[in-house]
Amino acid sequence: MATRASAPNAPVTISTRVDKVGLRPKVTRAIRALVVVILTVLILLPVVWMVMTSLKSPSDVVAVPPKIIFEPSIESFIFLVTERVQFPTRQEADEFRARDDLKWYEEKVAERGQKITRVGDFPKQLRNSFIIAGTSTIFSVLFGVLSAYAFSRFKIPGEGDLLFFILSTRMLPPVAVTIPIFLMYRELGLDNTYFGLILLYTTFNLSFSVWLLKGFIDEIPKEYEEAALVDGYTRLQAFRKVVLPQAVTGIAATTVFCFIFAWNEYAFAAMLTSDATRTAPPSIPSIQGVGRIEWETIAAASLVFLMPVVIVTFALRKHLLRGVTFGAIRKG
Amino acid sequence: MATIELINVEKKFGSSYAVKPMNMTIHSGEFVVLLGPSGCGKTTTLRMISGLEAVTDGQILFDGKDVTWLHPSDRDIAFVFQFFALYSHMTARENIAFPLQAQGEPRDSIRKRVEEVAKMLRIEHLMNARPGGLSGGDQQRVALARALVRRPAAFLMDEPLGALDAEFREAMRAEIKRLHIEQNATTVYVTHDQIEAMAMGDRVVVMSAAVVQQNGTPAEVYHDPANLFVAKFIGSPGMNLIQGHYADGKVALPGDNRYTVPADWHTAIHEAIGRDGDIILGFRPEAAHISASGPIATTVYTTDLHGSYTMLHLELDRDTIVDVRAGRGTNYPIGTPARFDLDPAMVRFFDPKTEAAIHKGGNP
Repeated sequence: MATRASAPNAPVTISTRVDKVGLRPKVTRAIRALVVVILTVLILLPVVWMVMTSLKSPSDVVAVPPKIIFEPSIESFIFLVTERVQFPTRQEADEFRARDDLKWYEEKVAERGQKITRVGDFPKQLRNSFIIAGTSTIFSVLFGVLSAYAFSRFKIPGEGDLLFFILSTRMLPPVAVTIPIFLMYRELGLDNTYFGLILLYTTFNLSFSVWLLKGFIDEIPKEYEEAALVDGYTRLQAFRKVVLPQAVTGIAATTVFCFIFAWNEYAFAAMLTSDATRTAPPSIPSIQGVGRIEWETIAAASLVFLMPVVIVTFALRKHLLRGVTFGAIRKG
Repeated sequence: MATIELINVEKKFGSSYAVKPMNMTIHSGEFVVLLGPSGCGKTTTLRMISGLEAVTDGQILFDGKDVTWLHPSDRDIAFVFQFFALYSHMTARENIAFPLQAQGEPRDSIRKRVEEVAKMLRIEHLMNARPGGLSGGDQQRVALARALVRRPAAFLMDEPLGALDAEFREAMRAEIKRLHIEQNATTVYVTHDQIEAMAMGDRVVVMSAAVVQQNGTPAEVYHDPANLFVAKFIGSPGMNLIQGHYADGKVALPGDNRYTVPADWHTAIHEAIGRDGDIILGFRPEAAHISASGPIATTVYTTDLHGSYTMLHLELDRDTIVDVRAGRGTNYPIGTPARFDLDPAMVRFFDPKTEAAIHKGGNP
């Protein structure tokens, strides 16, 4: 800079192009790749650890130092879906094992000196999670699409206030209202019912889905429906045949976000459900082993719990990628 | 094909008028252009005819039948939008077939009709493409095909060429005109482009500030504008309008010029502004011709060569510059004096107070 300042009229001999300043492209690319690898490892390490733990045998789980290479076992998954008791004596266990009418999984359990008494609670809890998360997602998206369409297309008196009110339901951390809601629900008899949790999750998600979907529907030119209207379709038909197909990206993104919230929700589920309607999130940490903490069973439960979200997200990934970047770039 | 009548149709948004009460009849088979600057109410008028916008008051009749409160789908009209409004999730073929499917027509006849229309617009080779992959001109052809396919009672077009490149626009203008002639369909066409309006319309309805300024043939609005707005808006450049003072059959113009008013105008002028009063003289650039003996003396301000002719900008005084068309043979150096005369059949007069044209045959 000093030389250029002293000779202001001297020709500029160095490039000032931003993309040419700095390291050579190859080096930059290598650094970028390295950063990506490090981040990926950081994010995936707990998941990998969880998968490994779930596949370990009870003795490998607690081995110190932790085993990286081990003989995989699916015992943990058998543990997860069964309720077991320990035989009081070694002799009884051996006698039980000697029987030849045992199924393969009963044998596996018997090797640990245990006997299967009945199917465990986890499958039912997972089913509860599916029912509650699934139904509330469907309602959130359905009502969300309808009200977003109305807000987007019609002149509604007090539209701004209504939209603000809808948004304001998200301004309070949900945990802050757990006690009042618990009391209300008990009074109304909504605690420990599917309907109660579905109602709650739908309410929480609705503000999110209305706002997100309104953004998507606003982007669909209203001429599309008008064209359909003059072409002889009713408004409902125009909505179904023209607006919905155009909004599919937004609907997919909203579905994923609503599902993840309802699926993962812990605090209200812990407080408002017990045996019959208990969902998976509050039950995983309370898995009780037989005679010890069954880390491999907990890991297996977490893994099973993770799968639906992974599958849903993966199935909708194309829409999702467009969905999350949507609104960031507005075309004229 | 339908005759469309608007009776005292008006549209208010809150307390302000988008369209002040207007009356208009669009005859069966006619090509009517609604022309005006943006925000003048022309698109709102079109949308009221289509039913996409509800009227605040008044009546709309199709062939004498009141359709004012009918749903757009029950009016048997086709609408062509500026930005085409093609459904991006359907192919061109599906787009064109869409209106017919609404009527629940059998598949075979839909396919036949779609092929017919595609052939008419020469887009057979594009039928399986999605709108996103088509050029602007082709997209508008598909949109026109979608409008044509149903054989509606009327076509409503909202600046259909506005989103196209200049080269496509010329070609499509001819295509639309040709289609209109072949189909003999009642067409209402909205544009802000006066050249387009003049080229296409059987009749031009000039609108401004929510009011119809003039409703006439292209020749009428060009040669006999109803008021100063139309005179300025139509033509490029618009009509020359010079402030002057009328007395004793002569108009005193800026720069100490005097123009002798043709005798057949005297009665009309006396009726409108009296024997002595302010007046506006109007003439088209082609109504003036340069001549050494012309009554109006000017100085050449600048000249533009337009290929087949030269447009002279002549200065009467510092504030008054007029456009005059001249042959391209002669050279007019800037700053030299030039005199011109006016074709007596092509001069027009306006009342500066009402801004309305003065009519030779008496004022309506």
